[in-house]
Amino acid sequence: MLRVDVEKQLGDFSLHAAFESEGRVTGLFGASGSGKTTLVNMIAGLLRPDRGTIAIDGDLLDDTAASLHVPAHRRRIGYVFQDARLFPHLSVAQNLDYGRRMNRLAADPAQHQRVVDLLDIGGLLDRRPGKLSGGERQRVALGRALLSKPRLLLLDEPLGALDEGRKLEILPYLVRLRDEANVPMVYVSHDAAELRQVATQIVMLRQGRVTSFGGVKMLA
Amino acid sequence: MFDISPTEWTAILLSLRVAVIATLVATPFGIALAWLLARRDFWGKSALDAIVHLPLVLPPVVTGYLLLLTLGRRGLVGAFLADHLGIVFAFRWTGAALACGVMSFPLLVRPIRLSIEAIDRRLEQAAETLGAAPWRVFFTVTLPLALPGVLAGMVLGFAKAIGEFGATITFVSNIPGETQTISSAIYSLIQTPDGDAAAGRLVIISIVLALGALVAAEWFARRATARLHGN
Repeated sequence: MLRVDVEKQLGDFSLHAAFESEGRVTGLFGASGSGKTTLVNMIAGLLRPDRGTIAIDGDLLDDTAASLHVPAHRRRIGYVFQDARLFPHLSVAQNLDYGRRMNRLAADPAQHQRVVDLLDIGGLLDRRPGKLSGGERQRVALGRALLSKPRLLLLDEPLGALDEGRKLEILPYLVRLRDEANVPMVYVSHDAAELRQVATQIVMLRQGRVTSFGGVKMLA
Repeated sequence: MFDISPTEWTAILLSLRVAVIATLVATPFGIALAWLLARRDFWGKSALDAIVHLPLVLPPVVTGYLLLLTLGRRGLVGAFLADHLGIVFAFRWTGAALACGVMSFPLLVRPIRLSIEAIDRRLEQAAETLGAAPWRVFFTVTLPLALPGVLAGMVLGFAKAIGEFGATITFVSNIPGETQTISSAIYSLIQTPDGDAAAGRLVIISIVLALGALVAAEWFARRATARLHGN
């Protein structure tokens, strides 16, 4: 469903990555500086590849040969950042509703309730992001991305900013998300243990190149 | 002491009207320009920045005279506006508002620009991935987060506009009831033999208005910080 074949030069760093993923959760594994975030930003449309193509379900999002670049806001790709990036001037409820409003989707109270229950954030709806813990913020960010009804969800080190205890608190939610939310995901991490629990297939990235591709077993 | 005469009232109300209109009309331009200076790189950016700040460093009488030359009844732009659109600035209160708007513009733009620069651009990226087109990102994320800066700029600009003297008197003169603001009324009164008491009253009113504006600007600045930290 996700097909990526891109090149990008950023200063001294060059990224040349090609992979195709069919799994529910594609784990993008690599050390910091291997180009994971650059790659994910290109899939999201926040960064333009120098050369290459990106397609979801046969639908081209980038094709440099045809000068095609679908801007981020028209891609319907959700993105959960390491640092949550909740809008500080909006309440949790307004943050959750933001994607639906921007995509001009009809209100879907059932879906809203499902996501709120799945992530256990019903008690936070009236609060401001500044009054949330790191783990709560990340759960709200997950909910916000899901409620924009994306066709693909990108998670860039979603546990990266949390301490060990908080990670264990969030991980079960991510597993539930994988099993119940029905949205394909690309999950970026440098933590093999984390990916073993969440991912269904692995793309290994090293210094801007895909070095191997396969099942989760290769992380063992 | 505090028997305010009708002439003084006229000047006070005119000052308020001039400053309010100047601030309201200048604000959208100020926001657009602040955004441009904060976010875009383009040819001539430093020149534009310098021109915006020029009224701050030029003698006000020079700014007023330049306005008279361009927008006066015989000015290049002024003649066109008067003949084709029926808009006249010279020796009208609207001209006073224009002069005040120009003079206060740098003070209006600066806090807005600073508050836009302080916004975490990654929040705008997040908004894009959630489906917001660039203009909606601006109105739902950038502008609300910059709002305290916008208000602070408006307050400072208003305070400057209400006290403006040199450019106003040069451009639109000192006509009671039409272009005589608090400042030009004080100027006339201190040249009149018995004007001291009246001038004193207007001076006190000026001080109160200016102090009030500074306190308000400070309060908005503090709100801005709280807002950016999500409280």
